[in-house]
Amino acid sequence: MDWTYWLFLLLKMVIVLGWALLMVPLLIYMERKVLADFQARIGPNRVGPVGILQPIADGIKLLLKEDLLPAKADKYVHFLAPLVAVVPAFLALSVVPFGPITHKETGTGYFVTHVNVGLLFILGLGSLNVYAITLAGWASNNKYSLMGGIRSSAQMISYELSMGLALIPVLMIAGSLDLVRIVENLGVAKGEGLSRLLLTVPLTISFVIYCICGVAETNRAPFDFPEAESELVAGFHTEYSSMRFALFFLSEYVNMITVCALATTLFLGGWKFPFVPETGPFPLLVFLAKVMIGLYGYMWMRATWPRLRYDRLMKLGWTRLLPIALANIILTGILMIAFQ
Amino acid sequence: MTYFSSVEGSLFLITALVAVVSAVMVITQRNPVYSALFLVLTFCALAVLYLLLGAQFIAMVQVIVYAGAIMVLFLFVIMLLNLDRPLETQSKLKHQRLVAGVLAAVLLVEMIYLLHRGLPTTGTQPSPPRNFGTVEEVARVLFRDFVLAFEVTSIVLLIGMIGVIVLAKRHLDEKKAAAPERILSPLRKE
Repeated sequence: MDWTYWLFLLLKMVIVLGWALLMVPLLIYMERKVLADFQARIGPNRVGPVGILQPIADGIKLLLKEDLLPAKADKYVHFLAPLVAVVPAFLALSVVPFGPITHKETGTGYFVTHVNVGLLFILGLGSLNVYAITLAGWASNNKYSLMGGIRSSAQMISYELSMGLALIPVLMIAGSLDLVRIVENLGVAKGEGLSRLLLTVPLTISFVIYCICGVAETNRAPFDFPEAESELVAGFHTEYSSMRFALFFLSEYVNMITVCALATTLFLGGWKFPFVPETGPFPLLVFLAKVMIGLYGYMWMRATWPRLRYDRLMKLGWTRLLPIALANIILTGILMIAFQ
Repeated sequence: MTYFSSVEGSLFLITALVAVVSAVMVITQRNPVYSALFLVLTFCALAVLYLLLGAQFIAMVQVIVYAGAIMVLFLFVIMLLNLDRPLETQSKLKHQRLVAGVLAAVLLVEMIYLLHRGLPTTGTQPSPPRNFGTVEEVARVLFRDFVLAFEVTSIVLLIGMIGVIVLAKRHLDEKKAAAPERILSPLRKE
C-alpha cells in the first residue's frame, strides 16, 4: 500500500475514464454513419474528411448553447438529475474486466479493480440510473417530461427484474459474482461434451433476455419510451439544453458501453478468443472488438425496428421475459444437478 | 485517534456525517420529494458503512433493494399522487411531536449510557473470519444454518404478494361487474 499503488490505481482510472470519453464521440459518428447506411443516405460528410469531425462540431455547438431553466422548475433537482445520470454510468466501468489478472500476488490486471461483488455493483449502479430520468422529468415542471420520467421508472424497474433473473444462470454455472472469475470459470465449469452442449442452452436463453433488457435499460430504440418524440416531444429531457443535455447524452452512450461490456464478460467469453494469446495487448483488443460488435448491434436494432406500444412493452416484460427467465433458472439447476 | 487518522477511519467519519446529516434532512424537509432523496442518500451512506465493515454483499443489496427499488416506488407514488407540493396543513395525529420527542430522548439516554459504560473493545472479541461478508459466506450461513428462517421469511413474503394481488383484483372485479365494457376497452367510444 505504498504511493506507487495509489499512483498506478489513479493512472488506470484516468485511462478507463479517458477511453470512455473518447468512445462517445466515436460512437456518435459511427451511429450517424450506420443509420445513414441503413437508410441509403450518405450521412455526415462536411466537417473534416468523411465527416469525422462532426461529433466535435456537435459537441462545441451543445456547449455554446444557452443553458435554460424553466421558470417554475425545481432548480436543485434539475441540476442534480444529469449528475445522477453520469456518475453511476462512469463508476460502473471501474469493475469491467478488460483482460485477465497479470500479477497474481497483487491481484492487478487489465481492470481498475476487481471486487467480490462486481456484478452486483454494476446492477446496483444501474438501478440508481432510474433516478436520473425520473428526477429530470419531475424537476422540469413540464407534463411531457413528467410522463417520460414516470414511464421510464416503470419500464426500468420492470426490465431490471428480468435482467437480474437472466443473469442468475451465469452465476450458478460460474459460481462467482466476481467478473474476472466469471470469465475464467465459465468455460471450465460448463464441463466437456454433452454437458457443455446442454448448458449452452440456458445460457443462450439468458443472453437473449439480457440483450432485450439491456436495450430497455438504456432506453434505446425500440424501447426509447422516456423520450418518445412522437408522443412526448422529447420526454424527460424536453427542458434540458446545453451542457446538462450533453451529460444525459453522455451517460446514455456510456451505459451502452457498460451493457455491451457486461454482455461480453458474461456471455461472450470476455477477453478470450480461440487461437489468440492471452498476453500483451491481445486480451484488450479482443475485448474491445467484442464490445464494438455489441454496440453495432445497438445501432442495427435502432435502424431496423419501430418503437413498441407502451402497453405491449409492459406485457413483454412481465408476461414473457420474466416467466422465461424464471423457468430458465430452474432448467439450469436441473441440468447442473444432472451433470454434477 | 489512530483509527480516525487512517484512510478507513476518515472514510468512516465522512460517511457517518453524511448519513446523520441526510437522515436529519429527511425529517426536516417540507417537500416530500426532497425527503425521499435525502433518504436515498442515507441508504447510500449506510451501504458505504457496510462496506467499511467488510459486509460487501449487504452493502450491494442495500443499494439495489432500498435505494434502487423501494425508494423509486416511493418517488413514483409521491409524483403520481401529486404530493410533490410542500404540505401546509398540520399533521392530523395529535401529540405526534411530543411522542416522537420522548422516544428520541429515551434512545439518546440509552445510547449515552451504553457509550458511558464503554463498548466491548476489539481485543476481547474474536476477529471476523476471512471472507466474512462475501457472497459465499452469507450464502453458506443463510442456506445451511438458518435455512428454516430463510424459507419461512420467503413464505411470509409470498403471502404478502398474494394478499396484494387479491386486494387489488377485488377492486378490479367490482369495477368490471359495474361496467364490463369500460374495463375491457377503456378507449372505445360508444
